[in-house]
This record gives sequence, structure tokens and C-alpha cells, in this order.
Amino acid sequence: MAQAATASVEEHGHTSTGVSNWKVGFWTFIASECLFFGTLISTYMVYKGRAVVGPYPEEIFDVLHTTISTTVLLFSSLAFVLALHATQQGKKGIAILWLFFVIAMGAGFLYMEGTSYLKYIDYGLTLGSSTFGSAYYVLTGTHKVHVILGMVWIGALIWLLFRGRIPPAKSEQVEIAGLYWHFVDIIWIVIFTLVYLIQ
Amino acid sequence: MSTDVTHAHDGADHHSHPSASFYVWIGVILAVVTGVEVAIFYIEAMDPYEAPLLVLLSAAKVVLVIMFFMHLKMEPRFLTWVFMAGVVLATFMVGALMVIYHVLPRFGGL
Repeated sequence: MAQAATASVEEHGHTSTGVSNWKVGFWTFIASECLFFGTLISTYMVYKGRAVVGPYPEEIFDVLHTTISTTVLLFSSLAFVLALHATQQGKKGIAILWLFFVIAMGAGFLYMEGTSYLKYIDYGLTLGSSTFGSAYYVLTGTHKVHVILGMVWIGALIWLLFRGRIPPAKSEQVEIAGLYWHFVDIIWIVIFTLVYLIQ
Repeated sequence: MSTDVTHAHDGADHHSHPSASFYVWIGVILAVVTGVEVAIFYIEAMDPYEAPLLVLLSAAKVVLVIMFFMHLKMEPRFLTWVFMAGVVLATFMVGALMVIYHVLPRFGGL
């Protein structure tokens, strides 16, 4: 009996706090990511308005275009939480479908932001053209790398769900990937406001 | 808005999560707030209040995602403290650098 209880505890990674080690560890990781993006946002804000050569943000940013990509990313978060909901209810097929939508919306976001990058490069804004260019591309590029990593992770989840390796009792695997995806969404909410809207 | 709650299966955690329709409502609210933000950006009469309003609305969106999509509202309180430690330190860092580089120079620097 005691052995069974111990095995269960080890399987779920429970601690005296009642929350699994994975979840505590991942929230700690997210807290550290706040500081990481905080440094990149600080750098952008410090250099904001100090570029001595153009193009300048107000000349090139297409707010409507970015609003659409932002909304796509917001809805990908909704799709993810619905995928988690379906996983917890044992609806494997629906969960996989929602996760496919998340990847599709992530790809749509990257495509739209990629077309923006190409347009900005046409205008002459590159990584080395000005302090604004350096800070902008490093901040938004790091975010896009996070989106790509999230899409790879979700792809792995789809495979595991398809193989039946994530039953409702192990839905925490989907929940933790969701924490990452929602955090990536949160960072974009902040970037959208500070970089694109407040000029 | 429906706030009815369904219970998760016996997973690693035994807390309850909101229903699917509740999540959809949160998604709709997030989209509407984004629309309001863009409207504020384009309405010239809002220019004097633009920055504080946009920061406030952005913060509201972040809180909605954290509380409901990331389920922090349903988690033990100490996870909120873990997360807030990072948020507070990051906010302090951004704020301090803004003061050093954008506010103090207006008063002759340090």
C-alpha cells in the first residue's frame, strides 16, 4: 500500500505543496523569462527615440497588420486552453484538432510577422542600420524563436496524444506546454503595446 | 458570462477548471480589448491619455490570460508569488532604466 502511494507520488511528482515539481519548476522558469524579456524590453525602451538615422518606427510600422497577427496569437491561446480542456475530458481527437489549430495560428503569426520584417528590410531597417533596428529585431526575433520552439513542443504533444501516451490523468503535460504558449502570448501583448502602439 | 465549473479528471492536480464556454468568453474579451487599444491609437483626441490607457488595457489582458488561461487563479497562492517575483523584478528594472535614461536627463541627469 505504502509502495503504491509512493509510486503514485513519484509518477505525478507531487510535493508537500500539493503542486507537482514540474509545475513549480515551470512557473519558476516563466518568472526567469520575465526577467529575460524585461532586459530586452528595457533595451528597446532605452534606445526608443534615440536613433540618429532612419527609418523610424512611426514611418514603417503598420499597426493594422500587426493587430491582425496579434489577434491570431491571442486566439491561438484560446485554442490551446480548449485543447487542454478536451485532454482533461479524455477527448483525444478534439484535443489534437485544437492543437493543430494552435500550430496553424502560430504559423500564421510567424508568416505575417515575416512579411513585416521583409517590408522593414526594404525600407532599410536592418539589424545593424540603427540602435532602433538592433533593439527591435533582437526583441521581436527572440519572441519569434520562442513561438517556433512552442510550435515544435505542440507538435510533439500532438504525436504523444495520437499515440495515446497522454491520458486525462497525465494532462499536466499539455497544461505545462500551455503555460509556455500563454506566456509567449503575454510577452507579445506587452510588445504590441510598448513597441507598436505607444510611439 | 458562464462561470460554471467542470472538474478535471484525476490528474496531477485536484483543482477545478472553468468550462469551455467560459474560455471562449475570455478570448472574446481579449479580442475586444485589443480592438479598443487600436481605436485609442487612431483617435487623436485620446493622445494625451494614450500611454496610460494603453498600458492599463495591456495589463488587463495580461491578467486575464494569467488568471484564466494559465489557471493561476485556481492554483495555490505560492505559485502566484513565484510568478510575481519575476514580474515585479522585471517591472522594477524596466522602470528604473526608464527613469535613468528618459526622466533624469530632463532634470540635468544624476
